[in-house]
Amino acid sequence: MNTLCIVESAYRATLEEQDDTILWLVRAMRGAGAQLSLLLRGNAVNYLTPGHDCSSLSIAGQKLGHPPVLDADVRAVAAHGVPVYVVREDLAERGLAPSGFASGIIAVSRAEVPALFERHERIWHW
Amino acid sequence: MTHFVFVESRDPYESADCHTLQELAAGLAARGHRVTFFLVQNAVLPARAGSRFSSQLTGLASHGVQVMADDFALRERAIAECARGVSAASFDDLTRLIMEPDTRALWH
Amino acid sequence: MSTEKTLTLAIMDAPYESAASTTALRLVDAALRAGHHVNVFAYEGAVALTMRAQKAHANPVKGTSLEEEHHPTTKDWVSALFRLAAERGVKLDWVNCGLCVDERGAGEWVDGPRRGGPKDFFEMAERSTATFVIPTR
Repeated sequence: MNTLCIVESAYRATLEEQDDTILWLVRAMRGAGAQLSLLLRGNAVNYLTPGHDCSSLSIAGQKLGHPPVLDADVRAVAAHGVPVYVVREDLAERGLAPSGFASGIIAVSRAEVPALFERHERIWHW
Repeated sequence: MTHFVFVESRDPYESADCHTLQELAAGLAARGHRVTFFLVQNAVLPARAGSRFSSQLTGLASHGVQVMADDFALRERAIAECARGVSAASFDDLTRLIMEPDTRALWH
Repeated sequence: MSTEKTLTLAIMDAPYESAASTTALRLVDAALRAGHHVNVFAYEGAVALTMRAQKAHANPVKGTSLEEEHHPTTKDWVSALFRLAAERGVKLDWVNCGLCVDERGAGEWVDGPRRGGPKDFFEMAERSTATFVIPTR
């Protein structure tokens, strides 16, 4: 059964978790054999921007062992066979270009999202 | 004259009342107060030059509000260039501002 | 060397749920390094930031071991902030709201924090140079 996972909330506890917990969950479920697609909308489209860097975080001298590199994490999701869709208008609203993505990452317009919904038996909006 | 420091954590993409806080900040500046608008977390997203709401921040700065964005949050979100009127700043700067005499700081 | 100024913070967010927890700890860190005394009133979910039972874990998705992942726990960050305060000769007073602790079963915490209540927060605020509330949504 094909499931569309929608991620909208961005940077929520990603420093403490050293991951976006839903990107992590998608990869874990994919590793267990799930058929998944990922749709990035809202602020989560910013995850596609190259150059994420939170390595300077230090609290009382304690630094992150594995600072999350969220743009790399999205590419990894795609590289593990999960089609990644991103809403074109949400990119534009954030001053981001809707092109130049890694293989497996596809920009869709808001008008195309209904068709995406129709192609998936389950839709989970995280 | 009181210094008002607004620490804005919400962004206009997800929160409908961000503009209300900006209006409040501009209103206080118009009354002669010193006002700082410090963006943290996802509130830095509209600070990216060319984003849909960047002009609101530029406009806020033109009304005499000092608009600053957490430099760590900018790097965390790969924002290389801020809109005109927005300057990157550190939490050391924020701490210094909050601890100044006759300052009222609030988080949104 | 202390500036003899004090910052009081009220925080509400549970760990691992929002960006506000880390932001608050960064602010405590910055204030301590600037030589200020800091009071923290942990209210509602924030009382879980100091839970002794927090454990780091490996990351099977990214293939890192427990040691390699070095997953941060907020209790370790809080403990480090207490050490930082001691090194800088300033005071960190961390109060966990007692009723919030009780209803969440969060009563086992690392060394440093103490149990208290709203009266503590108000008294801390009265004695502080600045008071800053970081609310939850």
